[in-house]
Amino acid sequence: MTGIASPAGGVHRIDTRPTEDTMYTLTKLTKTYRQGDRTVHALKNVDLSIGAGEHVAIQGPTGGGKTTLLQMLGGLDRPTSGTISIGEDEISKMPDAKLAKIRAKEIGFVFQNFNLIPTLTAQENVETALEPLGVPGAQRAERAAAALAAVGLADRAAHLPSELSGGQQQRVAIARALVKEPEVLLADEPTGALDEETRDEILEILEGIRRERGLTLVVVTHDSAVARRAERRLHLAAGTVTER
Amino acid sequence: MFFTYLRRELAGRRRQTAIIAIGMALAIALVIIVDSVASGVKAAQASVLESVYGVGTDITVAQSPTPPGEGEGGGPRFEFDAGAGTTADGTTELSQSRLSAGFGSSTFDESALETVQGIDSVAATAATLSLTNTTFNGEMPDFAQMQGSDGGPVAEEGTGQAAPPQGGPDGAGGSAFDVDSFSVLGLDPAADAVGPLSAVSLTDGRALDEGDTGEHVAVLDADYATSAELTIGDTLDLGGTEFEIVGTVTANDADSASASNVYIPLDVAQTLSGEAGMISSISVQAASSTDISQVQADIEAALPDATVSTQEELASSVSGSLATASSLVANLGLWLSLAVLVAAFLIAILFTVSGVTRRTREFGTLKAIGWSNRRVVGQVAGESLVQGLIGGAAGVAIGLLGIAVINLIAPTLSGSASSGGFEMADPGGGPGGATGGEATGGVRAFGPMGQTAAATTEIALNAPVTVSVIAIAVGIAVLGGLLAGAIGGWRAARLRPAEALRSVG
Ligand SMILES: Nc1ncnc2c1ncn2[C@@H]1O[C@H](COP(=O)(O)OP(=O)(O)O)[C@@H](O)[C@H]1O
Ligand SMILES: [Mg+2]
Repeated sequence: MTGIASPAGGVHRIDTRPTEDTMYTLTKLTKTYRQGDRTVHALKNVDLSIGAGEHVAIQGPTGGGKTTLLQMLGGLDRPTSGTISIGEDEISKMPDAKLAKIRAKEIGFVFQNFNLIPTLTAQENVETALEPLGVPGAQRAERAAAALAAVGLADRAAHLPSELSGGQQQRVAIARALVKEPEVLLADEPTGALDEETRDEILEILEGIRRERGLTLVVVTHDSAVARRAERRLHLAAGTVTER
Repeated sequence: MFFTYLRRELAGRRRQTAIIAIGMALAIALVIIVDSVASGVKAAQASVLESVYGVGTDITVAQSPTPPGEGEGGGPRFEFDAGAGTTADGTTELSQSRLSAGFGSSTFDESALETVQGIDSVAATAATLSLTNTTFNGEMPDFAQMQGSDGGPVAEEGTGQAAPPQGGPDGAGGSAFDVDSFSVLGLDPAADAVGPLSAVSLTDGRALDEGDTGEHVAVLDADYATSAELTIGDTLDLGGTEFEIVGTVTANDADSASASNVYIPLDVAQTLSGEAGMISSISVQAASSTDISQVQADIEAALPDATVSTQEELASSVSGSLATASSLVANLGLWLSLAVLVAAFLIAILFTVSGVTRRTREFGTLKAIGWSNRRVVGQVAGESLVQGLIGGAAGVAIGLLGIAVINLIAPTLSGSASSGGFEMADPGGGPGGATGGEATGGVRAFGPMGQTAAATTEIALNAPVTVSVIAIAVGIAVLGGLLAGAIGGWRAARLRPAEALRSVG
């Protein structure tokens, strides 16, 4: 059971060998950006593995590389060097189209600013996640409606994002992330734009779904209250990961 | 999903949709109107040409006009003997009619007709001789009373008794005369059915036929007959010879005049005008439209001195407001619609690209949740295409409305074209030369110059709506939409899915 440890445990074993229960394996993962004539090391030789079904919180200062790490985990960008595997698939050199398929099937995203399509209704926003999977229309509508019901928004299906509160919008976004039944849920500051009460609501929903479906949950946050709920807490500063 | 998303985007971003669509609509409307007016003007030119050259004439052969030689310029000359006319109360009445080849026109030997007939792919030919009949009618003071004993004209007042002049229409030595001219076309009554008479139909009486060769018979343009108060059975004086009017004709095209005022047999025309064996124009019909340029080249080779023109070339010889309209449409209309079209395309492209930029996070998110690049590009292109099509539909509507307004106003255009290579649209430069009036006394009255002999045609502009115009509009709409969509789509394709987590807004 790689990586899963008691929250109270001191040093975590960072195993880079993939096993059946390993969701992510990162080896010497480095990501640099060019900013003018300066090179920024957003991630430096990160070795990390995350087990399937694990609930991981990533904390750290702004500019520490949290979002960059989440992009790597989500297959949204490629590392400058090193490798990253999702399950058995090494994705750092995978063609774009294949990577898009993996994102469509296995990875759900939740964003700080919800990122809903402003012109589409809640129902239609959820359906966009099923579009690349080629799910037929009737089934798509049915599954999206069920996902909205699961986050308690059955009665808001026909509303536009602008007609919903922040918490409701984030719930639509969670429904969109979960409707395809992914292996992993990646959330970048999912409660950053919400008040405390709504924050707890959203966290209840995320944790409930994780328990129910056994999916891997990685949450980037600088809210310690959010991080404390995770089984495993990572600290990311200046491109370097340390366990807490 | 594609159509739902498309519909929601277009409805949700109405302002962008409206701006792109309006730009396209204006451009397309302008293109439709310009195209339609252009074909209307072209049709008007064709009907002017038709009235002169006849239906089915592909090529006309004429002689390039040569500058008039010494002492022979200035049109017909009226010469009166001292004893000419009838004198009463000191006034001499003079009248004379002359039939001659038009001023500035050139005639050439009719053997050219046989040469043309001998050329391959020539289907039909007709030779014509274009003439002008000019009639001088005047009253003059009796010059005899002012002459000295030697019978010479009194050049200066000093010689002999300078009695105040008498006689003339005002009784004080003045003159009054008018010069009336009309066009006469000599044509072979037995010739092929091409040439000027193919564009007319008989109103009354009969047409010229083979039996009329050598006969003094004439067919009149119905409008001219009415204005000259002549009917069938009347006689008409052409160059001093009486002709019997046997029929009247009108141009098939209701708007145009026929090519000439009077039509007479060619041989008679040649004899009376002193142009024996001469013709001024040959109308040629080619066996098929693909042969025209070859036939033209062959005729040019066989008749090096001749001017050989196709109908298309002749279109440029049409003068008058029609020519102005034609060049206006060809130049201003073309450039204006091109400029507006380019502007509309640029607007569509700019708005599409800025729309994609504004939606960076939206497209990044879609890519992040697994939408393929192709799917995102397709969505952008689909939106642009539909915006273009909306503009196209609105443009067709505005364009058709514009055309309807033009056809309702139906501005009148006039055009003249003249056969035989001479221009007679300007009456001032025409026959006349009535300098005699200045000799003594004062010129009291100038009669009307009479008919000008050119075929000036008044045509109400009719802008037609054709399927091809609509097809062009739809084509432009699709093109504009696809162009904007392609560029916008290219921008969308370059967006990285990572933008979903970076982009603010
Ligand atoms: N697209 C980019 N271009 C250039 N520099 C970038 C880009 N994305 C991130 N960075 C830089 O990488 C570093 C890590 O950024 P990020 O992963 O967003 O940190 P965090 O999410 O922890 O605030 C920062 O210094 C940031 O400025
Ligand atoms: Mg961040």
